[in-house]
Amino acid sequence: MNEKNDWPLWEVFIRSRSGLNHKHVGSLHAADADMAIENARDVYTRRNEGISIWVVESKYVIASNPGDEESLFDPADNKIYRHPTFYELPDEVKHM
Amino acid sequence: MSESSMLEKFEDKIKREVKIEPREWMPDAYRKTLVRQISQHAHSEIVGMLPEANWITRAPSMRRKVALLAKVQDEAGHGLYLYSAAETLGTSRKEMVDDLLSGKAKYSSIFNYPTITWADIGAIGWLVDGAAIMNQVPLCRTSYGPYARAMVRICKEESFHQRQGYEIMLTLAQGSEEQKAMAQDALDRWWWPSLMMFGPSDKDSKHSAQSMAWKIKRKSNDELRQNFVDATVPQARLIGLTIPDPDLKWNEERGSYDFGEIDWEEFWNVVKGNGPCNKQRLDARNKAHEEGRWVREAALAFAEKQAKRKSEKEQVA
Ligand SMILES: [Fe+2]
Ligand SMILES: [Fe+2]
Ligand SMILES: [Fe+2]
Repeated sequence: MNEKNDWPLWEVFIRSRSGLNHKHVGSLHAADADMAIENARDVYTRRNEGISIWVVESKYVIASNPGDEESLFDPADNKIYRHPTFYELPDEVKHM
Repeated sequence: MSESSMLEKFEDKIKREVKIEPREWMPDAYRKTLVRQISQHAHSEIVGMLPEANWITRAPSMRRKVALLAKVQDEAGHGLYLYSAAETLGTSRKEMVDDLLSGKAKYSSIFNYPTITWADIGAIGWLVDGAAIMNQVPLCRTSYGPYARAMVRICKEESFHQRQGYEIMLTLAQGSEEQKAMAQDALDRWWWPSLMMFGPSDKDSKHSAQSMAWKIKRKSNDELRQNFVDATVPQARLIGLTIPDPDLKWNEERGSYDFGEIDWEEFWNVVKGNGPCNKQRLDARNKAHEEGRWVREAALAFAEKQAKRKSEKEQVA
């Protein structure tokens, strides 16, 4: 039962229709990029879920460390002046 | 951060219904429980293709055949979504597949029963997929993100499975005396194994309490089983079939059906490997795996050769 090598793992991103971003939908194993696209078509778009597929070998995805969540993202918490509601305008100004 | 403060943070997330995502800190037992449950579920989707595949070439019409083919193909996809979810927890596809092939890993015992007539395909879609849906809908809210997302995809695809099965039963039940008897016989054989799909009774289920606390499981085995009985009994009645349970009775007070005792001895016997088809199923998986080996190796060799050629060309250019 000892296989020489497992097929590498790929992450799959699908654009569900024109005008939308590609979105991560899951992963799969494939020997190469062409096969990854074919397999992604067969498992992730059987019911018109997409019009475009990206695949990237999982080992090339660099992710932020979940342990750094606070130091990375908390600084944005107290910067309310980045939001439009921070600014007080007279009621007469209807849309701005 | 200390282990205890990480645990505190984890438990707080669970409490607030915030999903746990890959690579975040989680208790070892949480990870292990998930790997066990998700991989077992994946194996069930894969082995579950076998009893139905038995009838693809003998489906009674083109309409039935394309539907069954599409359903079995969906189950392969479900297996893949779930293996992928388990892999985010640090296990490998190979480990999981090896455990299935060696008989170490479990899969749902329902697939160790044979499909001896066409009506069994109807009964499987209606009852087995029906029970699976009952089980899977609450799992869309399970606490581990990748598992929950896999379940959402799966549940979307499952509903046609149950409908196509029920339609087969309905058609047979409206047919000749012989066809009607065939539908009833399939219901007789699949009813109790379907109830067993929800697992041991809550009082005997060793993993349940912890899984509920971690929100891996959202509803207990007995609760799900009761929901299934309540949903299915009227469906049987509607098409003129009889549930094979003399103790089945509407309980006005509970607003639910009372039903007979499950034969737990049979349940544990099949779990332990002594069901009618356990050996046949594992043999079929092993045979397919062995016979596919050269394909997997050839594809990899081809990919390596293409990559090498490409890099040589780039060097020349
Ligand atoms: Fe499925
Ligand atoms: Fe399933
Ligand atoms: Fe299904």
